Amino acid sequence: MVLRQIEGSRGVAEAVARCRPEVICAYPISPQTHIVEALSAQVKSGALAPCEFVTVESEFAAMSVAIGASATGARAYTATASQGLLYMVEAIYNASGLGLPIVMTVANRAIGAPINIWNDHSDSMSQRDSGWVQLYAETNQEAVDLHVQAFRLAEEVSLPVMVCMDGFVLTHAVERIDVPEQEQVDAFLPAYQPRQLLDPAEPVSIGAMVGPEAFTEVRYLAHARQMQALELIPRVAADFERVFGRSSGGLVRPYRTQDAETVVVALGSVLGTLKDTVDELRDQGHRIGVLGIISFRPFPLADVRAAVGQAARVVVLERALAVGIGGIVTSNVRMALSGNGTRDYTVIAGLGGRAITRASLREMLLAAEADRLEPLTFLDLNRPLVERELARAGERRMSGPAAENMLRDAGPATPWIG
Amino acid sequence: MPVQPIKFYQSGSFVVGNRLLDPDQRSVQADPNRTNSLNSGHRACQGCGEALGARYALDAAMRATNNQLIAVNATGCLEVFSTPYPETSWQIPWLHSLFGNAPAVSTGVAAALKAKGRTDVRVVGQGGDGGTVDIGFACLSGMFERNDDVLYICYDNEAYMNTGVQRSGSTPPAATTMTTQAVGPEPGNRFGQGKNVPLIAMAHEIPYVATATVADLRDLEYKVRRAMEFRGARYLHVFVPCPLGWGTASCDTIRIARLAVHTGLFPVFEAEHGEVVDVTRIPRQVPVAEYLRPQRRYRHLFGASPRPDVVARIQQIADRNIRRFGLLAAEPAPTAQEAP
Ligand SMILES: Cc1ncc(C[n+]2csc(CCOP(=O)(O)OP(=O)(O)O)c2C)c(N)n1
Ligand code: SF4
Ligand SMILES: [Mg+2]
Repeated sequence: MVLRQIEGSRGVAEAVARCRPEVICAYPISPQTHIVEALSAQVKSGALAPCEFVTVESEFAAMSVAIGASATGARAYTATASQGLLYMVEAIYNASGLGLPIVMTVANRAIGAPINIWNDHSDSMSQRDSGWVQLYAETNQEAVDLHVQAFRLAEEVSLPVMVCMDGFVLTHAVERIDVPEQEQVDAFLPAYQPRQLLDPAEPVSIGAMVGPEAFTEVRYLAHARQMQALELIPRVAADFERVFGRSSGGLVRPYRTQDAETVVVALGSVLGTLKDTVDELRDQGHRIGVLGIISFRPFPLADVRAAVGQAARVVVLERALAVGIGGIVTSNVRMALSGNGTRDYTVIAGLGGRAITRASLREMLLAAEADRLEPLTFLDLNRPLVERELARAGERRMSGPAAENMLRDAGPATPWIG
Repeated sequence: MPVQPIKFYQSGSFVVGNRLLDPDQRSVQADPNRTNSLNSGHRACQGCGEALGARYALDAAMRATNNQLIAVNATGCLEVFSTPYPETSWQIPWLHSLFGNAPAVSTGVAAALKAKGRTDVRVVGQGGDGGTVDIGFACLSGMFERNDDVLYICYDNEAYMNTGVQRSGSTPPAATTMTTQAVGPEPGNRFGQGKNVPLIAMAHEIPYVATATVADLRDLEYKVRRAMEFRGARYLHVFVPCPLGWGTASCDTIRIARLAVHTGLFPVFEAEHGEVVDVTRIPRQVPVAEYLRPQRRYRHLFGASPRPDVVARIQQIADRNIRRFGLLAAEPAPTAQEAP
């Protein structure tokens, strides 16, 4: 094991390269760029060979190139974020519909308008029903490890896998990582053996039109494959631990949930801050724990229920907003706890890169413990700012562009941006 | 023994009957061992130009590649009529992904083959005019610009046929579609600037660009074969009448395509690395009215309240093509400088 002090993006790029992808295609978007830049250099120098690096003209083309490559039996990889992920949506659904085991990094970033390059989960959450497996990394070490597991998982169940890592917070953070050695990866990840192949020796048609007579069955199969993934993910993680000597991945990660009356559920890098906050509260005698969800699709209903079921209340910390209703993860968690009588709270936090501080978390969790929390809370919301704009809009018809108004009201040195 | 001289253009075109040729010069379709890449039994309309063009193009590509071919298809009539589940008419490895991404999917196939060292296997991407000149245009231009090793074939029936005949960027002026009705002061499609994708392809200076029609299937086969002699991005734009969308008789598909060429409305040419190297000459120019009149999509230009003014504008387009591409048999071939 060699620990190196490197940027998360660089670690991911090196791990991906050791998975021996044969076709990499990418279109630049922050905060994904450092990953694909590093991979480009690997291909260009010949360090990663045989591999084609295709500099496409859009994310839609990136996913389309990956689809063609994967159907031709090549291990295919791409990476994107935010607007780029949305730009490729039609092809994202197509890749999973066709059952092509493409691996894609999503360097999680907010979605505009208003345009914002910073981190939240709006982008990948929008694709939760696309049929892709979605894994969320808590740390850069986990981001690196999940990529190695993702190829294995994708190819075993013939489904594409999205590895989601928080933009900037992880992608641009420099910390100590153990990047898997080539021999280890080779021992863990067998060569890609496709289930379907465009091959002149045995011609098949892929992507034919399917009518009502079989469409439901084809869709059901996609669900059945995700259910297979649900069983496979822990086994792949266990295998990974055997080969690499450290635990990474899996479905969920409970932290001090035993005997907890309150469990906070979250995904991604915010889990670090949450654990610190919970440690502090535990020291002061609060019965509180954390449940990290690594696999959001397939969603581990049973594991969530097992980890949270005993608690009186669950607080779901959401890094995205389902406008018009509230929480996305909450409704999934609620399904896991249905019939349990567990009270649930949705806390929308850290949108567009707003820092989630320990102080804010602590205050919010204490309120939750006392059941003083609103069912839907926006952490650190600058309410006067919102109210001023609502008032303006009420006063006159031509109230102007809302985001710009609020920026002006907030002033240059707003403390609300972390 | 009396000798009867053979006229190669007895049919009114330069089409040569197979039986007059040496066996090795005969068409791919004349070969009983042809691959039938797009096999019989599909659900295209009777007289579908696209089905005919695709069949000839792909069998020719199969022969040119020694049957080492993978095809990628955009959404559209060709994709839909050939593969209603669970039947498929494709006898070759075939992938349909989406409407607007066939050039990029083709790039992906080519990249995979390159990474695997399978340079013997070649890739054809194909789609209708909508999938090519409109929604797939960015992917097409990207594929050209990178010079990916793909032959892309556009089957141009001048509208979105699969969705029920709506206007595309390739719909000609005055033609009626379900979104350019024969009503108002400018009935049918308005006169726009046009979107000549063969010329746009040439501007990318890719190794090979050609146009062809189903009126001259030998020429189509030749152009596919020629395209396969190059590596890199190649583009073939095939004019394919659509009896359903154009309101023409199923038996008139070839005749209509020939008239499109002989009026000058659809110039047939070949270009290498951005320069025209050959044009198909017209024996004698036919007035555009002869091409327009048999098509119901132009009915409003004739009949009770005819629009000779509109016909004259279309004639101008044809005349300009003839000048620009040097299409008349008597005219000298354009030099590289004159070439468009
Ligand atoms: C993104 C998207 N938009 C629209 C459609 C609907 N659609 C399917 S086929 C088609 C028309 C195809 O026209 P063209 O490419 O000219 O091929 P043709 O059917 O005329 O051969 C359209 C509009 C679609 N499938 N996908
Ligand atoms: S609508 Fe036109 S293009 Fe489509 S199958 Fe019929 S004739 Fe062919
Ligand atoms: Mg069309």
